[in-house]
Amino acid sequence: MAEEKKEKKKVVREKYPMREQPPAERVRNYKEVPYGYDVETAVAEASRCLACKDSPCIGGCPVEIDIPAFVRAIADRDFAEAIRVMKSYNNLPAVCGRVCPQETQCEQLCILGKKFEPVAIGRLERFIADYDYEHKVAPPPKIDPPKGKKVAVVGAGPAGLTAAGDLARMGYGVVLYEAFHDTGGVLRYGIPEFRLPKAILDKEVDYVRSLGVKVECNMVIGKVFTVEELLGEMGFGAVFIGTGAGLPRWMGVPGENLIGVYSSNEWLTRINLMRAYEFPKYDTPIWPGKNVIVIGGGNTAMDSVRTALRMGADKASIYYRRSEKEMPARVEEYHHAQQEGVQFRFLVAPTKVMGTDDGWVRGMEFVEMELGEPDESGRGRPIEKKGSNFEVDCDMVVVAVGTFPNPIIPEATPRLELTKWRTIKVDEETGASSIPGVFAGGDIVTGGATVISAMGAGKRAARGIDAYLSGNK
Amino acid sequence: MGYKILARDDITSESVRMVVAAPHVARKCEPGQFIMYRLDDKGERIPLTIADFDRAQGTITIIFQKVGKSTYHLATFKVGDEIRDFVGPLGRHMDVGRLGTVACLGGGLGIAPIYPKVRGLKEAGNRVVSIIGARRKDLVILESEMRAQSDELYVTTDDGSYGLHGFVTDQLKILVDQGHKFDACLAVGPIPMMEAVCKLTAALKLRTIVSLDTIMVDGTGMCGSCRVTVGGETKFACVDGPVFDGHQVDWAEAKARQCRYRPQEAEALARFREGKGAA
Repeated sequence: MAEEKKEKKKVVREKYPMREQPPAERVRNYKEVPYGYDVETAVAEASRCLACKDSPCIGGCPVEIDIPAFVRAIADRDFAEAIRVMKSYNNLPAVCGRVCPQETQCEQLCILGKKFEPVAIGRLERFIADYDYEHKVAPPPKIDPPKGKKVAVVGAGPAGLTAAGDLARMGYGVVLYEAFHDTGGVLRYGIPEFRLPKAILDKEVDYVRSLGVKVECNMVIGKVFTVEELLGEMGFGAVFIGTGAGLPRWMGVPGENLIGVYSSNEWLTRINLMRAYEFPKYDTPIWPGKNVIVIGGGNTAMDSVRTALRMGADKASIYYRRSEKEMPARVEEYHHAQQEGVQFRFLVAPTKVMGTDDGWVRGMEFVEMELGEPDESGRGRPIEKKGSNFEVDCDMVVVAVGTFPNPIIPEATPRLELTKWRTIKVDEETGASSIPGVFAGGDIVTGGATVISAMGAGKRAARGIDAYLSGNK
Repeated sequence: MGYKILARDDITSESVRMVVAAPHVARKCEPGQFIMYRLDDKGERIPLTIADFDRAQGTITIIFQKVGKSTYHLATFKVGDEIRDFVGPLGRHMDVGRLGTVACLGGGLGIAPIYPKVRGLKEAGNRVVSIIGARRKDLVILESEMRAQSDELYVTTDDGSYGLHGFVTDQLKILVDQGHKFDACLAVGPIPMMEAVCKLTAALKLRTIVSLDTIMVDGTGMCGSCRVTVGGETKFACVDGPVFDGHQVDWAEAKARQCRYRPQEAEALARFREGKGAA
């Protein structure tokens, strides 16, 4: 077996490509863009793995998946084993296989990648998750005997779903509280259908439920119960807070409240969660522009601009204040956007939104930028080029320049220590906050970051909570 | 799991009162806070100010006017039916401290959300002078409830069919001209009404609190659909409000933003009435 693999790796220098919906077609629908590997391609791709001794890939994975083990099982066509390994580390592999930035994590550290293209770990993760949903080969998950203790998890996004699933498997009685009427957090309201189909997300959430997690929607913790009440009269031994970075950041320029200026959260939530793209079949309305400007260079900006095209925009552009190489968006998302006809304008910052007499957006003013000395993020600080202002027409603007932590729980929990960025202060290893028994993780701790880093935080906090509750017997 | 409707009555030809079983909401809510409801899988999330609550019974009372698809649709729900989603209490509650003599102005359906605030003000030991107004007599709601919680109550109608012929602002002006002294004013109603009240009270230098009913999606600070400029700063009605200092509100902007989905709202309502709607 090992001999065979070594031979193949010499031949196959590049990842096996994944088929995709052609750009001209997909830009008018909401169906998923990449189709995923079939069995033969997956086995061939998995066989590219060198099975190297140190497995550096594992160190690049925030949830510490035993990547060589699941890849080897796929190469051996032992799909039941592959999914068993996967799910013993990751409750949401179909999500991660689609939205993780593998190119800067596991795949970046792949030994094969030093000379050739790395093993397509993300595509293989997606393959095995989808294969299991279709063929149901995974053995039943191992769940520890009940420990007789309850944990409340607040927020059913990536951090909360991960913490809840792990804690349930450890034998805790878990109640997962969600403020919205449906689960998933940013996976449902933020990430569009064409990148993460809701049917896939539903299956992953059903899996977490199957571990014994009780989900309660429509519960805004901080309003309906306080964290202190959960710990006190409601009898939870610990609380995990994973409420995300839901508060939109604005540009801070005149005209920002004109009609037709959306936060990326509003634009995407109306469309993804409320399904405004199917109005009037669904009740939630939306005003899709024909000439759309999206401000920002992250994945949310890419999601927003690609959604604008699917909503019927004739022209959709990204305006970003730094240059192409500083864009925080995943390379794949950037390429997909380019293929679909999104226009990019770099090194420009907004200075004004102009409106019509009745309050609608009619254009924007920008100023050109140049990059100076690196700032605290390590990227060149954008500096305004005096007098380079220019105007462009548009009829809709999406502001995708980041988010702040959601304030509801911090405001309702005075004892909770915060950082100067209003995120919750925690011990990085355990997720423990300043209040004994209260843990936190994900964007509420880090500010806007990735799905997988939130999942990693959920996982560490589950261990932290287990240690805390075990010590308190 | 839905939220059961325990009582329902048409309080006018245009508005409905419902009592909904929502013990978690009733346990915590305070005057000024709101709920959001969604009727079914295809429904929109609609905010409604809490009109009354009963902690012992675990119920929330909502009063809504039939204006668009989602409210016309809700009006078809009967006692025993369940509302799919009913989330709250949301927003900050109004601080009903000791203000002194308070003029409480409720316009149209705004009388419903002002009622729990009036009761709160009264319970906190304030002197409450209420002025409620509607287009015509049969649209005046909660008159006896408001009277019971007010030291004085005045009614106005646009067409003169009941009470003073005119607006609530006309009545307030009369009272002020007669020498009534107020320490604060509370105004809830349609935007033009609140704007008119604020124009008058600004001239009188009378501190005025308003409650803004804006277009929301999540109601938890996530999207900014409800944003409004207050004192030159962008605020979210859902988490910073819905109660604001009326003299600081940019009314022109609030008015424009409130109308931004008019064509879609009309389309959805027309479809619903033709029976082709999402229901």
